[in-house]
Amino acid sequence: MNNNQLTENGQLRHFLTIEGLKKPLLTEIMDRAEQFSGITNRQVKKVPILRGKTIVNLFFENSTRTRSTFELAAKRLSADVMNFNISTSATSKGESLLDTLHNLESMHTDMFVVRHNQSGAAEFIAQHVSPHVSVINAGDGCHAHPTQAMLDMFTIRRHKNNFPDLRVAIVGDILHSRVARSQIQALSTLGVGEIRVIGPKTLLPADCQTLGVHVYHDMEAGLEDVDVVIMLRLQLERMQGALIPSAREYFHCFGLTDDKLKLAKPDAIVMHPGPINRGVEIASSVADGPQSVILEQVTHGIAVRMAVMSMAMGAQSEQNELPA
Amino acid sequence: MKIRIKNGRVIDPASQFDARQDVYISDGKIIAIGEQLEGFDADKTIDATGLIVSPGLIDLSVRVREPGQEHTATILTETKAAAAGGITTVCVPPDTAPVIDNPTVVELIDDRAKKSGRSMVLTMGAMTQNLGSELLAEMARLKAAGCVGISNGLSPIKNSVIMQRAMSYAATLDMTVFITASDPWLQSQGCVHEGAVSSRLGLGGIAESAETIAVSRDLILIEQTGVRAHFHNLSTGKAVKLIREAQNRGLPVTADVSAHHLHLSEHDLGNYDALSHVLPPFRSIRDREQLQQGVRDGVISAISSHHQPLDKDDKLGPFAETKPGISGLETLLPLTMKLVEDDEVNLHTALAALTCNPADILGINSGQLKVGAVADICLIDPDSEYECQPLNFVSAGKNSPFEGWLFNHQVSHTLFHGRLVHERD
Repeated sequence: MNNNQLTENGQLRHFLTIEGLKKPLLTEIMDRAEQFSGITNRQVKKVPILRGKTIVNLFFENSTRTRSTFELAAKRLSADVMNFNISTSATSKGESLLDTLHNLESMHTDMFVVRHNQSGAAEFIAQHVSPHVSVINAGDGCHAHPTQAMLDMFTIRRHKNNFPDLRVAIVGDILHSRVARSQIQALSTLGVGEIRVIGPKTLLPADCQTLGVHVYHDMEAGLEDVDVVIMLRLQLERMQGALIPSAREYFHCFGLTDDKLKLAKPDAIVMHPGPINRGVEIASSVADGPQSVILEQVTHGIAVRMAVMSMAMGAQSEQNELPA
Repeated sequence: MKIRIKNGRVIDPASQFDARQDVYISDGKIIAIGEQLEGFDADKTIDATGLIVSPGLIDLSVRVREPGQEHTATILTETKAAAAGGITTVCVPPDTAPVIDNPTVVELIDDRAKKSGRSMVLTMGAMTQNLGSELLAEMARLKAAGCVGISNGLSPIKNSVIMQRAMSYAATLDMTVFITASDPWLQSQGCVHEGAVSSRLGLGGIAESAETIAVSRDLILIEQTGVRAHFHNLSTGKAVKLIREAQNRGLPVTADVSAHHLHLSEHDLGNYDALSHVLPPFRSIRDREQLQQGVRDGVISAISSHHQPLDKDDKLGPFAETKPGISGLETLLPLTMKLVEDDEVNLHTALAALTCNPADILGINSGQLKVGAVADICLIDPDSEYECQPLNFVSAGKNSPFEGWLFNHQVSHTLFHGRLVHERD
C-alpha cells in the first residue's frame, strides 16, 4: 500500500494513486472541486492560492487534454507553469530520469505533474524528489491515473445521488488501462454497490476479480441495469499483439451502440476518458447523445485538478511551517 | 601450513557424518578427522566450539562481471565476496563479454581467479557461438580448456532444431547442458509474475507458462538426445512437477533454485521495489511452497545464489526499466539456513544442497569433508543473530532485497585449499 502520498497528518502530499486513500479524502477532493468549479464560470477565472509557486508539467508521453487541463488548472490557481515534453528532449540525449528531475528541481520548482509510459514512474519520482516538492501523477504506464478517476467520480456525483446505490460497468481494454485501475479503486473506496468490467479475456488483467470487480465477457449481460457506463479507449495498435482481430469485430462485440445502451437503466450516463474512437468503442450517436457526459468530464477535469493541486500544496506549506 | 579446527560440529552431508571432532589440515588437504592426532604440530588452531564445520559451499551460478563489465564487479571483488559467504567454488555462466565461447576467455578467467586465490572459479562454456543461438560453439575445445558444462546463459535457444543439435553434440562429448528455461515470447511480455500483483501494479506479467513451456520442450529434447541436463533457477511449482516426473521416468535431469526464490514471492514487490526485480520473477506463495517442497524431496538438489551484482544506477528508475538481478553471494548461506530454522528443510538436506549435490551436478570431486579431500571448508556460527546490511556487502553489488532481515547463521571462517581466506571481524 502506498502511504508516501500522505503527510503525517494524513493530508495529501503527493497524488500518485487512489489505492490507500480513504473515503473522506476522496470526498474532500470532490467538495473542493465543487467550490473551484464556480470560479470557472466567473468573469475573472483566477484565484491567488498558488501565487509564486512554480509547477512543472513533466510529460514523458504525449497528451493534449490532460496536459492542457493541468496547465489551465495551475494558471487559474495563479501558479507559474513550465511544460516539458521529455519524449522529444532530454532522455533522447541519454539523460537519466533522475538527472532530468534533479535539474528541474534546481530551478526551485514546487510541484511536478508527471506522465510517464512506465508503471510506477510517479512513485519512483516521488521517492526521489526533495521534501518540499509535490508530485501529481498524470498517468503512469498501465498503473494509475488518479486525477482522471477523481474527475470521473465528480462527474458521477453530479448526476447520481448515492454511490452505494450504483452499479457501474467499465468496458474495454482494462488490461492496459491506468484509468480503469484508478476508477475501480475510487469506486470501491466510495462504496459503489457493484463494479463490473466487460471485455474479452485478452484485454482483462490476470486474476481480474482480485481487483474487486465482477467480470463479464458478454456486453449485453454486463450492461443490464447499470447506472453508469464507462467506455475505455481502444489503442489501435492492440491488433498487432494479437489481442483482438480487428476494430470491426471489436465494435461488433464491445462497441457501445444505442441498442446496447437500452439494456442499461434509462437514466444511465455514458462516460469516456477520451480521446474517443468513433465507431470502434462507441457509436457517434451515443457519444453525442443525450446520455453522454463525455465533454462534461473534460470540463470537470480543470476543477478537480485545481482541487488536487491546491490540497497538495497546502499540505506541503503546512508541513514546511512546522517547527523543526 | 598446518591448521587444526578444534571442537566443531563436523558435518559431511555426502556421508551423513555429523559429530563433534577436530579437523586436521596440512598442505591444503584434510589429513585427519578425529579426536586427537598424535604428532600434529599446528601452525594455527581455530577454536570451532559452537560452530558447524561444513564443506565449502559450491555455487552453480555466479556472475562476476569480468571480463566485460569490470566497472560493476571483478573476479577479485566477487571471489572476496564468495569467501565471505563461505563459498569456495563458483561457477561462471558464459554470458561474459566476450562470451566464454573459446578457450582464451577461459584462460583469462582462470588467470584472474588464480591471482585472487580465494575460491575455485569454474567456467561454463557457451552452447552457441557468441550465444547467438545459430552456430554451435566449440564445445570440445571448451571442455579441454576446463569448462564444466555448457549453457546458453540467459538467452534461450528459440529454434528447436539448434537446441536439439546442441544437446546431441554435448551428449557426444559427455557434457552436461545447463538450461535457464524461459519461453522468450512469453517472457518478453513483462517483468513480474503474471497474477494479482501484476494486475494491481499495472506491470507486464510473465505467465507461469513461460517457464513450463520451455521446460517441457527441453525435457522432450533431453529424452530424445540422451544428454545430461540441469535446469537453473526454477520459479514455478509446475516446473518442479515436470522435473519430478522426468526424474521418475529416469531422465538424467537435475535442478536448482535460487535462495531468494525460496523466500520471496510476488507480494514482496511492495511499491515497485526494484531490488525485487529479478528473472525469473518471484511468483505466487504457492509456487514458493512448491519450490521448498522440491528442495525437501530432492527434486531440486541444489540451492544457488544466482548472484548478479549490479551498479546502483541499474536499480534507479521506473521498475520495468531497471535491470533484473540480485547480489546473492553473501545471503546464500543465511537464507538457506533460515529454512532450517523454520523447519522447512532439515540441516543435512540444506547443507547437501550447498555442497556435495552441486559438486555431483558439476561432476567435480569436491564438496566433501573427508580424509584426503582438498581443504575447502566453511565454518558456520549458528547463533550469531545479525541484521542483513547490503551496503556492507563485500561484493561490489549491493543490490539485495534482504536489507533489515534478521539472520542467525553466519560464516565465521572460510578455508580455501587449506588457507584461511575469510575470517569474521
